[in-house]
Amino acid sequence: MSRYVLKRILLAIITVWVVATLTFFLMNMIPGGPFLSEKAISPQATAALEAKYGLDKPLWQQYLTYMNGLLHGDFGMSLKQRGRSVLDIITSKFPVSARVGGIAVAFALVVGVTLGCVAALHQGKFWDRFISVFATLGIAVPSFVICTLLLYIFGAKLKWLPTLGLNSWQSYIMPVFAIAFYPTAYIMRLMRSSMLDALGQDYMRTAKAKGLSGNKQLFKHALRNAILPVITYVGPMLAYTIVGSFVVEKIFVIPGLGGSFITAITGRDYTLIMGTTIFLATLVILMTLVVDLLYKVIDPRIKLD
Amino acid sequence: MKTRSLSLLMAAVMAASVAGCSSSNSTSTSTADSTSGSTASATNTSSDKKILSVQIGPNPETLDPALNSAVDGGNMILTNFECLLTNDENGQIAPGAAESWEVSEDGKTYTFKLRDGLKWSDGTPLTAEDFVYSWQRVCDPNVAAPYAETVLSMVEGYDDAIAGDIEKLNVEAPDDQTFVVHLKDACPYFESLAAFATLSPVQKATIEANGDAWATDASTYVSNGPFYITEWVPSSYILMEKNPNYWDAENVKLDGIKFNLIEDANAAYNAYNAGEIAMIKDVPTEEIPSLKDRDDFFVEPIIGTYYVSMNTEKEPFTNKDVRKALSLAIDRDYLANTLMQGTYSPAGNFVGPGWADINGTEFVENSNGGEEFISTTDYEADLEEAKKLLADAGYPNGEGLPKITYTTNDSGYHKAIAEYLQQAWKELGVDMDVDIVEWASFTPMRRNGDYEVARNGWVGDYTDPSNILDLLYSTNGNNDGKFSNEEYDKQMEISRTTLDEQERSDALHKAEEILMEEAGCIPLAYYNDFWLEDQTKVKGIWHSPYGYWHFEDAELVE
Repeated sequence: MSRYVLKRILLAIITVWVVATLTFFLMNMIPGGPFLSEKAISPQATAALEAKYGLDKPLWQQYLTYMNGLLHGDFGMSLKQRGRSVLDIITSKFPVSARVGGIAVAFALVVGVTLGCVAALHQGKFWDRFISVFATLGIAVPSFVICTLLLYIFGAKLKWLPTLGLNSWQSYIMPVFAIAFYPTAYIMRLMRSSMLDALGQDYMRTAKAKGLSGNKQLFKHALRNAILPVITYVGPMLAYTIVGSFVVEKIFVIPGLGGSFITAITGRDYTLIMGTTIFLATLVILMTLVVDLLYKVIDPRIKLD
Repeated sequence: MKTRSLSLLMAAVMAASVAGCSSSNSTSTSTADSTSGSTASATNTSSDKKILSVQIGPNPETLDPALNSAVDGGNMILTNFECLLTNDENGQIAPGAAESWEVSEDGKTYTFKLRDGLKWSDGTPLTAEDFVYSWQRVCDPNVAAPYAETVLSMVEGYDDAIAGDIEKLNVEAPDDQTFVVHLKDACPYFESLAAFATLSPVQKATIEANGDAWATDASTYVSNGPFYITEWVPSSYILMEKNPNYWDAENVKLDGIKFNLIEDANAAYNAYNAGEIAMIKDVPTEEIPSLKDRDDFFVEPIIGTYYVSMNTEKEPFTNKDVRKALSLAIDRDYLANTLMQGTYSPAGNFVGPGWADINGTEFVENSNGGEEFISTTDYEADLEEAKKLLADAGYPNGEGLPKITYTTNDSGYHKAIAEYLQQAWKELGVDMDVDIVEWASFTPMRRNGDYEVARNGWVGDYTDPSNILDLLYSTNGNNDGKFSNEEYDKQMEISRTTLDEQERSDALHKAEEILMEEAGCIPLAYYNDFWLEDQTKVKGIWHSPYGYWHFEDAELVE
């Protein structure tokens, strides 16, 4: 087990390095640069800026300098947001995204799993069909439509909820719901089908024959087996959700990390592109590892390696 | 069993790391928690404290006066800082930190007399020496100020200063209240520059202690204007409070301003409709038809022109008649008033309203004998002339003309305009492709001349027309069309050197005439700012042709 974890961590480091290297050279291949503006700045000023941030050196040298800094935990300074370090930007914005995303994931899990089970247990009946409609909607309707609808109804018309920022618990409601909408629906469908599958298994018949109570049958035998596909989905979902949704953050003016990804790329803020990419890659890899380990906890039959 | 306990341990580690995250967010990122705390208090106290909530743009990249090159950044800087001079509501230069100033006879020496007892927002005294430091800092290669050349290149010693020897910049402080600037050559618009955000005074102590980061944190952001920043939550809001150490603090009626840093026009619009923000700059263009007649919707001109650059080094744009035909075949009235819903005004000249001429008149009043160069009201006649010109150029009905490509980025009305031009030039028999390019790639492409026809635009830094006419000087860095005309260059050179106001004005008008005759570029429309402002909540905000909103005279309506 520990050898397995060690191996995975080693693999993770190599993966992050590959991601970082690819990103570094790819981003330098796209035309444009960080010091552009609609009005041309003087060649002297451009040269001074490039010298200041080492962009005047050959690319391989920039790469070595960056990687060397990275090994020492130095993500560098943002090229566009002058005076702010990349690490500062990530550590100040990530908690905001993580909080909104975390609540959304919890919501999606609780509601998705519960409704998925309910649907499976009432297969073909009213509740199943009712939930299916909702699940289809959730998967088909993009989040910006949800955002707009929520804003229109609860923000502009009824004026029940604040339309921007995260200044009170009420202001979390709309963004959390908008982020959770798709995963909830997805988990619901996933849960329903895997629950149906589990309910039809032989061991369920055995459990019933043994005379186990309904709850025990459901929780100890059916749910435990049925939840595995959901766990697989939750790993990457968690990683992507807690780093922030660009669209939802933009619409609700949430100062999270999601927006930084996009503005870094459109603004060619090289150090910030690197920082956010490496951060996301690490998070995805870490979450996948955690999920794999959780698998083992839930289903001891699974062999790691 | 062993594996089981190990995986439990892993789960525990994971839980701990998650907990670690959340605890770190309450300590190091005070942003997150103090956000909720203090905004709650901002809204709580807004009943007793008079805080105005506005939106003029997204999170500014920088608020360091020397580093800023954005309009919204400049607006916030000028709310926090006061330069030697300011622009008043009538567009005239007015005293700022300097209460008076003198210009020597040869126009080369400016002597500014500072007000008595000026202070920084932290209460320490502000002297002429601070201006010396601030102005020299703008030349520092380590600061790499994008506007250094625009605002200081006429000062003696600039060339040495920009190369690294910043003390060579000939500005001096003979005493605490006197600041003297020595220019290489007379500069008729130098007073405008003394009111330019880049040349705001900045405090040496805080910059030396905090480096570039001084301008990113409210606690180290020391300023000298009507307001000072008390809180900046990136991408969320900037809270400014009235600066008690400002010399004219008694006439500042607001207790503070909250700049909501919203990028998305729809989000801003929602917040405005919900009553959370009293004034927003970014209004969704699709809402304009329904807003046009409302009395909280405002449109005012700014000094700037939306134009089209043609690469004059490439065929067929080397031919003046072709360029002119393309320019004449555009229904500017339709473009500005119908397509862009009146958010722009049709441009018959290159230099539009707001630019200053001599004797307090506007440049546009005296251009071409007061007539538009291109009629914006008689499109049919213009089109006929365009067809004739094209025929004269050897391309009757566009025959023989290659298909041309129009390059633009996609934002605002850019794409709609491109589609209109496609249609308009079709009337001449000219076929056109539209090439949409991402902004960061578009700018260098246009600058390097890798295009045939491209969108372009300019918003003035100061109201002297040389600021926009210089764009087409043959060696100007912004001369994207590579327009090169000896006579034009000569007129621009006269405007730079002459001390005679009339001669200078004549030269600039002559230059514009040449430009329009040669069709060095195609002016389409003049920029306007349009915004929503709920005047049942706030009064006294005024808007300048520089695209800045001034809040120092604003007050909440009780």
